[in-house]
Amino acid sequence: MPSLWEYANPKKFIDTTSRVTPWLFVAAFLCLVTGLTWGFFFTPDDFRQGSTVKIIYLHVPSALMAINAWLMMLVASLIWIVRRHHVSALAARAAAPVGVVMTLIALATGAIWGQPMWGTWWAWDPRLTSFLILFLFYLGYIALWEAIENDDTAADLTSILCLVGSVFALLSRYAVNFWNQGLHQGASLSLDKEENVHDVFYHPLLICIAGFVLLFLALVFLRTQTEIRARRMRALLARERLTA
Amino acid sequence: MTALLLRDLRLAIRAGGGFGLGLAFFLIVVVLVPFGVGPQSELLSRIAAGTLWIGALLACLLSLDRIFALDWEDGSLDLLATAPLPMEAIAAVKALAHWLTTGLPLVFAAPVLAILLNLPPAGYGPLVLSLLLGTPALSMIGTFGAALTVGLKRGGLLLSLLVLPLYVPTLIFGAEAARRGMDGFDTTTPMLMLAGITCGTIALLPFAAAAVLRVNLR
Repeated sequence: MPSLWEYANPKKFIDTTSRVTPWLFVAAFLCLVTGLTWGFFFTPDDFRQGSTVKIIYLHVPSALMAINAWLMMLVASLIWIVRRHHVSALAARAAAPVGVVMTLIALATGAIWGQPMWGTWWAWDPRLTSFLILFLFYLGYIALWEAIENDDTAADLTSILCLVGSVFALLSRYAVNFWNQGLHQGASLSLDKEENVHDVFYHPLLICIAGFVLLFLALVFLRTQTEIRARRMRALLARERLTA
Repeated sequence: MTALLLRDLRLAIRAGGGFGLGLAFFLIVVVLVPFGVGPQSELLSRIAAGTLWIGALLACLLSLDRIFALDWEDGSLDLLATAPLPMEAIAAVKALAHWLTTGLPLVFAAPVLAILLNLPPAGYGPLVLSLLLGTPALSMIGTFGAALTVGLKRGGLLLSLLVLPLYVPTLIFGAEAARRGMDGFDTTTPMLMLAGITCGTIALLPFAAAAVLRVNLR
Protein backbone atom coordinates (compact mmCIF):
# COMPACT_ATOMS: atom_id res chain seq x y z
CA MET A 1 0.00 0.00 0.00
CA PRO A 2 1.46 3.40 -0.87
CA SER A 3 2.09 5.59 2.12
CA LEU A 4 3.06 9.18 2.67
CA TRP A 5 6.34 8.06 4.25
CA GLU A 6 7.60 6.87 0.87
CA TYR A 7 8.38 10.51 0.18
CA ALA A 8 10.87 10.44 3.05
CA ASN A 9 13.14 8.87 0.46
CA PRO A 10 14.85 11.87 -1.18
CA LYS A 11 14.97 10.20 -4.60
CA LYS A 12 11.30 9.36 -4.55
CA PHE A 13 10.56 12.88 -3.31
CA ILE A 14 12.55 14.52 -6.10
CA ASP A 15 11.09 12.22 -8.75
CA THR A 16 7.52 12.96 -7.78
CA THR A 17 7.80 16.63 -6.96
CA SER A 18 9.87 17.55 -9.99
CA ARG A 19 7.05 16.15 -12.13
CA VAL A 20 4.40 18.02 -10.11
CA THR A 21 6.18 21.35 -9.55
CA PRO A 22 5.88 22.80 -13.10
CA TRP A 23 2.16 22.08 -13.07
CA LEU A 24 1.85 23.72 -9.68
CA PHE A 25 3.59 26.82 -11.02
CA VAL A 26 1.28 26.91 -14.03
CA ALA A 27 -1.80 26.44 -11.87
CA ALA A 28 -0.62 29.09 -9.41
CA PHE A 29 0.06 31.50 -12.24
CA LEU A 30 -3.39 30.90 -13.78
CA CYS A 31 -5.14 31.29 -10.44
CA LEU A 32 -3.27 34.47 -9.56
CA VAL A 33 -3.83 36.03 -12.97
CA THR A 34 -7.55 35.19 -12.96
CA GLY A 35 -8.06 36.09 -9.33
CA LEU A 36 -6.14 39.34 -9.43
CA THR A 37 -7.53 40.50 -12.76
CA TRP A 38 -11.05 39.67 -11.68
CA GLY A 39 -10.45 41.26 -8.29
CA PHE A 40 -8.75 44.40 -9.51
CA PHE A 41 -10.75 45.21 -12.61
CA PHE A 42 -14.11 43.45 -12.49
CA THR A 43 -15.32 44.09 -8.97
CA PRO A 44 -17.09 47.27 -7.87
CA ASP A 45 -15.52 49.69 -5.44
CA ASP A 46 -16.57 49.35 -1.85
CA PHE A 47 -19.00 52.11 -0.92
CA ARG A 48 -16.93 53.16 2.06
CA GLN A 49 -13.38 52.10 1.27
CA GLY A 50 -13.38 52.94 -2.41
CA SER A 51 -10.89 51.05 -4.52
CA THR A 52 -8.52 50.42 -1.60
CA VAL A 53 -10.63 47.40 -0.73
CA LYS A 54 -8.91 45.58 -3.57
CA ILE A 55 -5.69 45.16 -1.64
CA ILE A 56 -7.57 42.37 0.12
CA TYR A 57 -6.59 40.11 -2.80
CA LEU A 58 -2.95 40.31 -1.78
CA HIS A 59 -3.23 40.99 1.91
CA VAL A 60 -5.52 38.20 3.07
CA PRO A 61 -3.90 35.34 1.08
CA SER A 62 -0.36 36.35 2.05
CA ALA A 63 -1.30 36.70 5.72
CA LEU A 64 -2.98 33.31 5.57
CA MET A 65 0.09 31.72 4.00
CA ALA A 66 2.44 33.42 6.45
CA ILE A 67 0.73 31.58 9.30
CA ASN A 68 0.28 28.34 7.38
CA ALA A 69 3.94 28.29 6.38
CA TRP A 70 4.88 28.38 10.06
CA LEU A 71 2.37 25.60 10.74
CA MET A 72 3.91 23.55 7.96
CA MET A 73 7.35 24.14 9.45
CA LEU A 74 6.03 23.02 12.82
CA VAL A 75 4.66 19.77 11.38
CA ALA A 76 7.86 19.16 9.42
CA SER A 77 9.96 19.83 12.53
CA LEU A 78 7.87 17.37 14.51
CA ILE A 79 8.31 14.73 11.81
CA TRP A 80 12.05 15.36 11.87
CA ILE A 81 12.22 15.03 15.66
CA VAL A 82 10.08 11.90 15.76
CA ARG A 83 11.04 10.00 12.61
CA ARG A 84 14.26 11.74 11.55
CA HIS A 85 13.48 12.01 7.83
CA HIS A 86 15.96 14.40 6.29
CA VAL A 87 13.53 15.55 3.60
CA SER A 88 11.23 16.79 6.32
CA ALA A 89 13.93 18.92 7.96
CA LEU A 90 14.92 20.33 4.57
CA ALA A 91 11.30 21.11 3.72
CA ALA A 92 11.02 23.09 6.95
CA ARG A 93 14.18 24.95 6.03
CA ALA A 94 12.86 25.59 2.52
CA ALA A 95 9.55 26.95 3.77
CA ALA A 96 11.04 29.57 6.10
CA PRO A 97 12.17 32.15 3.51
CA VAL A 98 8.86 31.78 1.66
CA GLY A 99 7.05 32.35 4.92
CA VAL A 100 9.08 35.42 5.75
CA VAL A 101 8.30 36.94 2.35
CA MET A 102 4.59 36.24 2.86
CA THR A 103 4.79 37.95 6.25
CA LEU A 104 6.48 40.94 4.67
CA ILE A 105 3.87 41.15 1.92
CA ALA A 106 1.10 41.05 4.50
CA LEU A 107 2.78 43.76 6.60
CA ALA A 108 3.54 45.97 3.59
CA THR A 109 0.11 45.72 1.97
CA GLY A 110 -1.45 46.27 5.37
CA ALA A 111 0.56 49.46 5.83
CA ILE A 112 -0.33 50.68 2.34
CA TRP A 113 -4.00 50.07 3.03
CA GLY A 114 -3.81 51.47 6.54
CA GLN A 115 -2.43 54.83 5.47
CA PRO A 116 -5.56 56.09 3.66
CA MET A 117 -8.03 54.11 5.79
CA TRP A 118 -6.78 54.44 9.34
CA GLY A 119 -4.63 57.49 8.65
CA THR A 120 -1.49 55.70 9.78
CA TRP A 121 1.04 53.31 8.29
CA TRP A 122 1.46 51.42 11.49
CA ALA A 123 -0.47 51.02 14.70
CA TRP A 124 0.40 48.83 17.67
CA ASP A 125 -2.67 46.78 17.08
CA PRO A 126 -2.77 43.15 18.27
CA ARG A 127 -2.82 41.64 14.79
CA LEU A 128 -0.12 43.89 13.43
CA THR A 129 2.03 43.34 16.47
CA SER A 130 1.70 39.58 16.40
CA PHE A 131 2.67 39.61 12.74
CA LEU A 132 5.74 41.62 13.58
CA ILE A 133 6.60 39.04 16.24
CA LEU A 134 6.02 36.25 13.72
CA PHE A 135 8.42 38.06 11.40
CA LEU A 136 11.06 38.11 14.15
CA PHE A 137 10.52 34.41 14.75
CA TYR A 138 11.09 33.70 11.07
CA LEU A 139 14.28 35.78 11.07
CA GLY A 140 15.64 33.99 14.13
CA TYR A 141 14.78 30.60 12.67
CA ILE A 142 16.50 31.34 9.35
CA ALA A 143 19.52 32.89 11.09
CA LEU A 144 19.95 29.80 13.27
CA TRP A 145 19.86 27.54 10.20
CA GLU A 146 22.50 29.64 8.53
CA ALA A 147 24.74 29.90 11.57
CA ILE A 148 25.26 26.20 12.23
CA GLU A 149 27.58 24.27 9.97
CA ASN A 150 26.68 20.70 10.80
CA ASP A 151 23.44 19.86 8.97
CA ASP A 152 22.01 17.44 11.51
CA THR A 153 22.80 19.69 14.45
CA ALA A 154 21.18 22.61 12.64
CA ALA A 155 18.09 20.54 11.86
CA ASP A 156 17.78 19.41 15.48
CA LEU A 157 18.26 22.85 16.99
CA THR A 158 15.98 24.67 14.57
CA SER A 159 13.21 22.12 14.97
CA ILE A 160 13.30 22.51 18.76
CA LEU A 161 13.34 26.28 18.29
CA CYS A 162 10.32 25.95 16.01
CA LEU A 163 8.41 23.97 18.66
CA VAL A 164 9.25 26.35 21.51
CA GLY A 165 8.70 29.33 19.23
CA SER A 166 5.24 28.11 18.25
CA VAL A 167 4.17 27.99 21.89
CA PHE A 168 5.50 31.48 22.47
CA ALA A 169 4.00 32.80 19.24
CA LEU A 170 0.57 31.60 20.37
CA LEU A 171 1.17 33.09 23.80
CA SER A 172 2.16 36.42 22.25
CA ARG A 173 -0.94 36.36 20.08
CA TYR A 174 -3.14 36.35 23.17
CA ALA A 175 -0.84 38.58 25.19
CA VAL A 176 -1.04 41.41 22.66
CA ASN A 177 -4.82 41.10 22.63
CA PHE A 178 -4.73 41.80 26.32
CA TRP A 179 -2.24 44.61 25.88
CA ASN A 180 -4.05 46.75 23.34
CA GLN A 181 -7.47 46.91 21.78
CA GLY A 182 -7.31 46.64 18.05
CA LEU A 183 -7.97 48.81 15.06
CA HIS A 184 -7.92 45.83 12.74
CA GLN A 185 -11.27 44.44 11.65
CA GLY A 186 -12.34 40.90 12.51
CA ALA A 187 -11.52 37.86 10.42
CA SER A 188 -12.28 38.28 6.72
CA LEU A 189 -12.91 34.58 6.36
CA SER A 190 -14.11 32.06 8.88
CA LEU A 191 -15.44 28.57 8.68
CA ASP A 192 -18.31 29.01 11.11
CA LYS A 193 -19.88 32.08 9.59
CA GLU A 194 -21.87 32.17 6.39
CA GLU A 195 -20.43 35.35 4.94
CA ASN A 196 -18.14 38.10 6.18
CA VAL A 197 -17.18 39.45 2.79
CA HIS A 198 -19.73 40.12 0.08
CA ASP A 199 -19.91 37.50 -2.69
CA VAL A 200 -18.67 39.99 -5.27
CA PHE A 201 -15.35 40.20 -3.44
CA TYR A 202 -15.47 36.68 -2.07
CA HIS A 203 -15.10 34.58 -5.23
CA PRO A 204 -12.01 36.28 -6.66
CA LEU A 205 -10.54 36.23 -3.13
CA LEU A 206 -10.94 32.45 -2.99
CA ILE A 207 -9.16 32.10 -6.33
CA CYS A 208 -6.34 34.33 -5.09
CA ILE A 209 -6.00 32.25 -1.95
CA ALA A 210 -5.84 29.10 -4.07
CA GLY A 211 -3.17 30.79 -6.18
CA PHE A 212 -1.09 31.67 -3.12
CA VAL A 213 -1.42 28.14 -1.72
CA LEU A 214 -0.31 26.63 -5.04
CA LEU A 215 2.54 29.11 -5.33
CA PHE A 216 3.67 28.29 -1.80
CA LEU A 217 3.60 24.55 -2.51
CA ALA A 218 5.49 24.98 -5.77
CA LEU A 219 8.15 27.17 -4.16
CA VAL A 220 8.59 24.85 -1.19
CA PHE A 221 8.89 21.82 -3.50
CA LEU A 222 11.41 23.60 -5.68
CA ARG A 223 13.46 24.86 -2.73
CA THR A 224 13.41 21.44 -1.05
CA GLN A 225 14.69 19.84 -4.24
CA THR A 226 17.44 22.43 -4.38
CA GLU A 227 18.39 21.75 -0.76
CA ILE A 228 18.48 17.99 -1.37
CA ARG A 229 20.61 18.40 -4.49
CA ALA A 230 22.94 20.86 -2.77
CA ARG A 231 23.46 18.44 0.08
CA ARG A 232 24.04 15.55 -2.30
CA MET A 233 26.57 17.63 -4.21
CA ARG A 234 28.42 18.50 -1.02
CA ALA A 235 28.55 14.79 -0.15
CA LEU A 236 29.89 13.94 -3.61
CA LEU A 237 32.53 16.65 -3.43
CA ALA A 238 33.61 15.45 -0.02
CA ARG A 239 33.87 11.89 -1.30
CA GLU A 240 35.90 13.03 -4.31
CA ARG A 241 38.30 14.90 -2.07
CA LEU A 242 38.74 11.77 0.04
CA THR A 243 39.58 9.54 -2.91
CA ALA A 244 41.74 12.04 -4.73
CA MET B 1 22.72 20.25 42.45
CA THR B 2 23.51 22.47 45.40
CA ALA B 3 27.20 22.07 44.66
CA LEU B 4 26.67 23.17 41.06
CA LEU B 5 24.55 26.11 42.17
CA LEU B 6 27.14 27.23 44.73
CA ARG B 7 29.91 26.85 42.17
CA ASP B 8 28.07 28.99 39.64
CA LEU B 9 27.25 31.63 42.23
CA ARG B 10 30.84 31.73 43.46
CA LEU B 11 32.16 31.98 39.91
CA ALA B 12 29.75 34.78 39.07
CA ILE B 13 30.71 36.80 42.13
CA ARG B 14 34.45 36.20 42.19
CA ALA B 15 35.18 36.29 38.47
CA GLY B 16 33.89 39.84 38.40
CA GLY B 17 32.04 41.41 35.51
CA GLY B 18 29.10 39.04 35.33
CA PHE B 19 27.60 40.01 38.63
CA GLY B 20 27.88 43.77 38.39
CA LEU B 21 27.46 44.05 34.66
CA GLY B 22 23.70 43.53 34.61
CA LEU B 23 23.16 46.00 37.42
CA ALA B 24 25.45 48.58 35.83
CA PHE B 25 23.64 48.23 32.52
CA PHE B 26 20.28 48.62 34.25
CA LEU B 27 21.55 51.79 35.90
CA ILE B 28 22.83 53.13 32.57
CA VAL B 29 19.53 52.55 30.79
CA VAL B 30 17.52 54.20 33.54
CA VAL B 31 19.88 57.17 33.79
CA LEU B 32 20.00 57.69 30.03
CA VAL B 33 16.24 57.67 29.47
CA PRO B 34 15.60 61.11 31.04
CA PHE B 35 18.35 62.55 28.84
CA GLY B 36 16.66 61.02 25.84
CA VAL B 37 13.05 61.99 26.47
CA GLY B 38 13.52 65.16 28.46
CA PRO B 39 13.32 65.94 32.17
CA GLN B 40 9.55 66.64 32.59
CA SER B 41 8.59 64.69 35.68
CA GLU B 42 5.00 63.89 34.56
CA LEU B 43 6.28 62.33 31.36
CA LEU B 44 8.94 60.38 33.25
CA SER B 45 6.52 59.09 35.84
CA ARG B 46 4.21 57.93 33.06
CA ILE B 47 6.90 55.86 31.35
CA ALA B 48 8.73 54.84 34.55
CA ALA B 49 7.28 51.34 34.89
CA GLY B 50 7.85 50.47 31.25
CA THR B 51 11.38 51.87 31.25
CA LEU B 52 12.31 49.87 34.34
CA TRP B 53 10.93 46.71 32.77
CA ILE B 54 12.79 47.27 29.50
CA GLY B 55 15.97 48.06 31.42
CA ALA B 56 15.64 44.86 33.44
CA LEU B 57 15.00 42.85 30.28
CA LEU B 58 18.01 44.28 28.46
CA ALA B 59 20.23 43.77 31.48
CA CYS B 60 19.10 40.14 31.54
CA LEU B 61 19.72 39.77 27.82
CA LEU B 62 23.23 41.15 28.18
CA SER B 63 24.34 38.49 30.63
CA LEU B 64 22.75 35.51 28.89
CA ASP B 65 25.71 34.27 26.87
CA ARG B 66 27.67 33.82 30.11
CA ILE B 67 25.35 31.06 31.25
CA PHE B 68 26.98 28.33 29.19
CA ALA B 69 29.75 29.95 27.13
CA LEU B 70 32.56 29.75 29.70
CA ASP B 71 31.68 26.21 30.75
CA TRP B 72 31.57 25.25 27.09
CA GLU B 73 34.98 26.72 26.35
CA ASP B 74 36.89 25.10 29.18
CA GLY B 75 35.10 21.77 28.81
CA SER B 76 33.34 21.73 32.16
CA LEU B 77 30.03 21.44 30.35
CA ASP B 78 31.15 18.05 28.98
CA LEU B 79 32.06 16.98 32.50
CA LEU B 80 28.69 18.15 33.78
CA ALA B 81 26.99 16.20 31.02
CA THR B 82 28.72 12.98 32.11
CA ALA B 83 27.91 13.65 35.76
CA PRO B 84 25.05 11.67 37.32
CA LEU B 85 22.94 14.83 37.32
CA PRO B 86 20.32 14.82 34.53
CA MET B 87 20.74 17.49 31.85
CA GLU B 88 17.37 18.99 32.73
CA ALA B 89 18.55 19.64 36.28
CA ILE B 90 21.74 21.25 35.00
CA ALA B 91 19.72 23.61 32.82
CA ALA B 92 17.37 24.45 35.68
CA VAL B 93 20.23 25.09 38.11
CA LYS B 94 22.02 27.26 35.57
CA ALA B 95 18.85 29.31 35.13
CA LEU B 96 18.45 29.60 38.90
CA ALA B 97 22.05 30.76 39.28
CA HIS B 98 21.52 33.31 36.52
CA TRP B 99 18.39 34.57 38.21
CA LEU B 100 20.08 34.85 41.61
CA THR B 101 22.99 36.81 40.15
CA THR B 102 21.07 38.95 37.65
CA GLY B 103 17.30 38.92 38.17
CA LEU B 104 17.19 39.21 41.94
CA PRO B 105 19.63 42.17 42.18
CA LEU B 106 17.55 43.90 39.51
CA VAL B 107 14.43 43.42 41.61
CA PHE B 108 16.16 45.09 44.56
CA ALA B 109 17.66 47.86 42.45
CA ALA B 110 14.40 48.69 40.67
CA PRO B 111 12.68 50.65 43.48
CA VAL B 112 15.83 52.71 44.03
CA LEU B 113 16.09 53.58 40.37
CA ALA B 114 12.33 54.19 40.26
CA ILE B 115 12.95 57.26 42.42
CA LEU B 116 15.07 58.68 39.60
CA LEU B 117 12.17 58.23 37.21
CA ASN B 118 9.64 59.76 39.58
CA LEU B 119 7.45 56.66 39.85
CA PRO B 120 4.18 57.42 41.71
CA PRO B 121 4.16 55.94 45.23
CA ALA B 122 1.37 53.49 44.40
CA GLY B 123 3.57 51.90 41.74
CA TYR B 124 6.39 50.55 43.92
CA GLY B 125 4.63 47.45 45.24
CA PRO B 126 3.31 46.23 41.86
CA LEU B 127 6.63 47.04 40.16
CA VAL B 128 8.69 44.97 42.58
CA LEU B 129 6.13 42.16 42.63
CA SER B 130 5.91 42.03 38.83
CA LEU B 131 9.70 41.97 38.49
CA LEU B 132 9.94 39.30 41.15
CA LEU B 133 7.39 37.18 39.29
CA GLY B 134 8.68 37.91 35.80
CA THR B 135 12.48 37.81 35.97
CA PRO B 136 12.65 34.03 36.64
CA ALA B 137 10.88 33.54 33.29
CA LEU B 138 13.44 35.83 31.64
CA SER B 139 16.29 33.75 33.09
CA MET B 140 14.71 30.46 32.09
CA ILE B 141 13.92 31.55 28.52
CA GLY B 142 17.41 33.00 28.28
CA THR B 143 18.94 29.72 29.42
CA PHE B 144 17.14 27.99 26.57
CA GLY B 145 18.44 30.59 24.14
CA ALA B 146 21.97 30.31 25.52
CA ALA B 147 21.80 26.52 25.19
CA LEU B 148 20.71 26.91 21.55
CA THR B 149 23.63 29.10 20.60
CA VAL B 150 26.34 27.66 22.85
CA GLY B 151 28.24 25.96 20.04
CA LEU B 152 28.44 29.04 17.85
CA LYS B 153 31.49 31.25 17.55
CA ARG B 154 29.68 34.56 17.59
CA GLY B 155 26.39 33.53 19.10
CA GLY B 156 25.74 36.78 20.96
CA LEU B 157 23.82 38.61 18.27
CA LEU B 158 21.93 35.52 17.21
CA LEU B 159 21.07 34.84 20.84
CA SER B 160 19.43 38.26 21.16
CA LEU B 161 17.50 37.77 17.94
CA LEU B 162 16.23 34.36 19.06
CA VAL B 163 15.35 35.38 22.60
CA LEU B 164 13.76 38.73 21.77
CA PRO B 165 10.40 37.41 20.45
CA LEU B 166 10.32 34.83 23.25
CA TYR B 167 10.49 37.65 25.80
CA VAL B 168 7.50 39.51 24.40
CA PRO B 169 4.68 37.89 26.44
CA THR B 170 6.61 38.27 29.72
CA LEU B 171 7.34 41.91 28.98
CA ILE B 172 3.75 42.65 28.02
CA PHE B 173 2.24 41.20 31.18
CA GLY B 174 5.01 42.44 33.47
CA ALA B 175 4.95 46.01 32.24
CA GLU B 176 1.14 45.98 32.13
CA ALA B 177 0.98 44.86 35.77
CA ALA B 178 3.43 47.54 36.85
CA ARG B 179 1.58 50.20 34.85
CA ARG B 180 -1.82 49.26 36.19
CA GLY B 181 -0.46 49.30 39.72
CA MET B 182 0.98 52.75 39.11
CA ASP B 183 -2.38 54.06 37.92
CA GLY B 184 -4.17 52.47 40.86
CA PHE B 185 -6.03 49.82 38.88
CA ASP B 186 -6.47 46.18 39.78
CA THR B 187 -3.36 44.18 38.90
CA THR B 188 -4.64 40.65 39.60
CA THR B 189 -5.08 39.51 35.99
CA PRO B 190 -1.67 40.50 34.56
CA MET B 191 0.06 39.31 37.75
CA LEU B 192 -1.61 35.92 37.46
CA MET B 193 -0.72 35.69 33.76
CA LEU B 194 2.86 36.63 34.57
CA ALA B 195 3.04 33.99 37.30
CA GLY B 196 1.53 31.51 34.85
CA ILE B 197 4.19 32.25 32.24
CA THR B 198 6.94 31.91 34.81
CA CYS B 199 5.60 28.60 36.14
CA GLY B 200 5.09 27.31 32.60
CA THR B 201 8.60 28.18 31.48
CA ILE B 202 10.13 26.68 34.63
CA ALA B 203 8.13 23.51 34.10
CA LEU B 204 8.79 23.03 30.39
CA LEU B 205 11.87 24.88 29.20
CA PRO B 206 14.47 22.87 31.18
CA PHE B 207 13.50 19.91 28.99
CA ALA B 208 13.87 21.92 25.79
CA ALA B 209 17.17 23.40 27.00
CA ALA B 210 18.45 19.95 27.94
CA ALA B 211 17.49 18.51 24.55
CA VAL B 212 19.31 21.37 22.83
CA LEU B 213 22.39 20.96 25.03
CA ARG B 214 22.55 17.25 24.23
CA VAL B 215 22.47 18.06 20.51
CA ASN B 216 25.21 20.66 20.94
CA LEU B 217 27.44 18.31 22.96
CA ARG B 218 27.07 15.47 20.47
